Amino acid sequence: MNKDDNILEMKNLKTHFFTDRGTVKAVDGVNLNVKKGKTLGVIGESGCGKSVTAHSILRLIPSPPGQIVDGSINYQQKDNKIIDLGKLDARGDTIRNIRGNEISMIFQEPMTSFGPQYTIGHQIMEAIMIHNPEMAEEEAKNKTIYLLDQVGIPKAEERVDSYPHEFSGGMLQRAMIAMALSCSPRLLIADEPTTALDVTVEAQILELLEELQDETGMSIIIITHNLAVVSEVADQIAVMYLGREVEFADSDQIIDNPLHPYTRGLWNSIPSLDGELKELKPVKGTVPDPINIPAGCPFADRCPEMIAGVCDQGNPPDKIEVEEGHYVRCFLYTE
Amino acid sequence: MAESKDSILKKIGNYIKNIFSKNKKDKYERLEYASQSQLIWYRFKKHKLAAFGLTVLAILYFTSIFAGFVAPYTHVERIGDYKYAPPTEIHMISEENGLRTPFVYSYSKELDPETFQYEYVIDKSTEYSLKLFVESEPYKLLGFIPMEHKLFGTGDKDAPVFLFGTDNLSRDIFSRILIGGRVSLFVGFGGVFLSFIIGSLLGGISGYFGGVIDEIIMRAVELLMSIPKIPLWIAFSAAVPRDWTAVQTYFAITMILALVGWTGLARVVRGKLMSLKNEQFAMAARAAGASDFRIITKHLLPAFISYLVVHLTLAIPGMILGETTLSFLGLGIQPPAVSWGTLLQDAQDLTVLADYPWHLIPTAFVIVTVLMFNFIGDGLRDAADPYSSK
Amino acid sequence: MGNYILRRFLVIVPLLIVISVISFIVVQLPPGSYVETYIQNLKNQGYQPDENEIERLESRYGLNQPAYIQYFTWMKNMIFEGDMGRSFVYKQPVSEIIAERAPMTIMISLMAILLQWIVAVPIGIFSARYQYSIFDYIVTFFGFIGLALPNFLFALVLMYFVYVHTGWAVVGIFSPEFVDASWSFARVLDMLKNLWIPLVVIATAGTAGLIRTLRGTLLDELKKQYVTTARAKGMKERKLILKYPVRVAINPLISTIGWMLPAIVGGEVVVSQVLNLKTLGPVLLGSVQSEDMYLAGGIIMILSSLTVIGTLLSDILLAWVDPKVRYK
Repeated sequence: MNKDDNILEMKNLKTHFFTDRGTVKAVDGVNLNVKKGKTLGVIGESGCGKSVTAHSILRLIPSPPGQIVDGSINYQQKDNKIIDLGKLDARGDTIRNIRGNEISMIFQEPMTSFGPQYTIGHQIMEAIMIHNPEMAEEEAKNKTIYLLDQVGIPKAEERVDSYPHEFSGGMLQRAMIAMALSCSPRLLIADEPTTALDVTVEAQILELLEELQDETGMSIIIITHNLAVVSEVADQIAVMYLGREVEFADSDQIIDNPLHPYTRGLWNSIPSLDGELKELKPVKGTVPDPINIPAGCPFADRCPEMIAGVCDQGNPPDKIEVEEGHYVRCFLYTE
Repeated sequence: MAESKDSILKKIGNYIKNIFSKNKKDKYERLEYASQSQLIWYRFKKHKLAAFGLTVLAILYFTSIFAGFVAPYTHVERIGDYKYAPPTEIHMISEENGLRTPFVYSYSKELDPETFQYEYVIDKSTEYSLKLFVESEPYKLLGFIPMEHKLFGTGDKDAPVFLFGTDNLSRDIFSRILIGGRVSLFVGFGGVFLSFIIGSLLGGISGYFGGVIDEIIMRAVELLMSIPKIPLWIAFSAAVPRDWTAVQTYFAITMILALVGWTGLARVVRGKLMSLKNEQFAMAARAAGASDFRIITKHLLPAFISYLVVHLTLAIPGMILGETTLSFLGLGIQPPAVSWGTLLQDAQDLTVLADYPWHLIPTAFVIVTVLMFNFIGDGLRDAADPYSSK
Repeated sequence: MGNYILRRFLVIVPLLIVISVISFIVVQLPPGSYVETYIQNLKNQGYQPDENEIERLESRYGLNQPAYIQYFTWMKNMIFEGDMGRSFVYKQPVSEIIAERAPMTIMISLMAILLQWIVAVPIGIFSARYQYSIFDYIVTFFGFIGLALPNFLFALVLMYFVYVHTGWAVVGIFSPEFVDASWSFARVLDMLKNLWIPLVVIATAGTAGLIRTLRGTLLDELKKQYVTTARAKGMKERKLILKYPVRVAINPLISTIGWMLPAIVGGEVVVSQVLNLKTLGPVLLGSVQSEDMYLAGGIIMILSSLTVIGTLLSDILLAWVDPKVRYK
């Protein structure tokens, strides 16, 4: 694998929250790569740190209490220069110029993603004009209408003047995507983009994202807890558990040959994609309290293949490459 | 003697330690079986400001109930020739003997030859010890317990103790504050109790039945709320005959405060009932065939009694301020009866205030009382509803 | 919008009628009729009441008739002739006294509201933006004190400190040389110099409340998704906060004017008494003490009506800035 293929590389990223109850290690050593023009799917139960990872990239972690304490987020800019987003001032101009311009993001809750007192058009135009201050208002408005039309909003030239409460959830998410695309970003982070939507709308949105990727060649990180979504759109998949990725591979590899017991558990907990009938087995137990993570592999006490005396002792090894490009963190694969 | 004292102290210390360690052990067990109100109480105790407020108020109420014993004088007693005497300084360091038990010097009045004004001069020749449980003229505590001692004093008529000084009629302001507290501190309870009855009755009817009744009552509430309170108090107080006794006036003022103040409570009760009766658990009870009465008493009331207590607590300081304002304006409690408001009337004169600033001391009592009630209210609100952010 | 204003105006009519009834009850409150008090008053001053005058009063105000007729007479005189009764203490028509004093009351109230907003809005934004900072704690602390401090006490304390530190006694709105002067720039300056104490006193309690409300709503708003969205599109932090969450949090603040006004008017009454300002407050107090009830009732009527109209104006303002209210 050529390193230059990656637009984004996260190494040992740690984002912690310092609360009254103690330190929450929401992200605790994540390593992920995003390839140019490809889609990375990040999957895991709620609370596994996938959203925090996404927010860390754009430095949107509320601080205090959150803070990136270690690791790097290397982003390759247009001119192939590499900058570490993790080291930037979260309120500085550098990250502000990247936000919405080179890297943009869409969120889980389309219903609350727009400010209620301005029109949709105004808010999209605003995004355009922040990064293109010399652009005329008229031109920005035309571009907004074009974008709304492109994401499939009917009568875009009329709806551009609508308020958020006049839109449905699916429409708002489309508008949100239009806003995210307004400055032709090179990387789009979609944080559970379809969770709040109907299943039919979900399919349309995913299809839209794929189309747009084909057209523009942007990279996408899609974060979800929904396996079906991931398997449909992702080129590569990372499985996260308690602040770390436990398995990372091309999507074919990981779907056909899950290695980590947790990944297998996840795969078994949903109805088979090809309709074959088999007994569903939910992953037993619950995620431990992120403040008091037990020693050893954090998954040990839920793991059906736990090796006593090993898994509950030390940390599992970093990234074992079991087949080419297929990494796993698990004692089962140590030599 | 000293040894036994030590051993007693040790025993007390151990006892306290035991209480705390026991608490810790049982904590989880207790939390599991605790009722709703017990849980609120546990959370309330953890709220430091509220616990502090409760302590301060307990002291204030206690001293004003037993003012007869705590206060060295009565509120009308004129003490010798001590007009506008400044607060007595309490010393611990004697010029001859160094550190000693607290004592005071006596005052005497002398004419300043330049300004021709009387000034108080401290006579340092004699040190009068401050004593606890000093003998006094016989009196009846709370009107029926015969007593012959006061909490503190010098026991010597030549060396009076005026903690907060005296006023223009040579009356002890400290004693007047404690006795005035009986009116000012308790008017809140009376007023809140009455407005609670009116408010929860009308609010309850409005909230539970809804429809036209609700519409009428709520319009009335809105109307009363849109009329400025203080002018209304002033106007209503015109109906209180000037020749009524202090007790009658007191009740009249309580009535006035309640009549003007019930609206907020009615709104709260209605709003809460409205939202509660549509909650899942009320629906469930109705679906299970429970009667209206049972739903109200068994399901709705417990759910909102804590809410009500919070609002009542927060309403009390408003009532206290109401009485203080009215009496201050000369429309409430009439002299010779005393309340914090009438005490502050004396402070209205800037020239008096400038020369004898201790007339402002009652202000501190009003502010502290109101502040403490607000702290407690806040603590109760947080305890009753841990999920509310405001 | 026009429709909305019209509807709000229609609601206000019954409100004003009820206010007039309450005010009339106030007129009737003290034992004994107006004329009896009037005669008593004259006798106390050593005058013999004039029989003709009494008869004229009785027929003019329907004093021998049942209360409800008296009410209608009172209302009729007020609406058609601007006659709100006579004050026997001032020996003047009530309407004249009110016309003389009401402008100052209105001006002080408006300036107090303005002052509240000017102080509360930036402080509220700051303490929400920097929650749990030292600044926030200081604001919260003073907020508690501000809410606990009754107006008249604050006036006393402030008056005392100003006097002790500057030797300047605050009494009245104008310094002696300007009391009867006609309006000029110097007179306005003099008024502002004297007015700041009453304004600060009246505005304080409300300011504390406003800060609390604004801080609370803003804290909720700051956590909302649209703030992160706006941040994610690269907006500058300061502009973002002012344009999005603050804009939302201001709306509930406008609606607080409605319940703030009664408090301001009430505070103004008391503070004017303490500081001896020539507003309606001290007159109301004096009229109640001397049972000059037409005057008392008239002032209650005017103060309440002004409050209700102020509330109406704030509602219209709210509808103007928040399109959603209009369509409800």
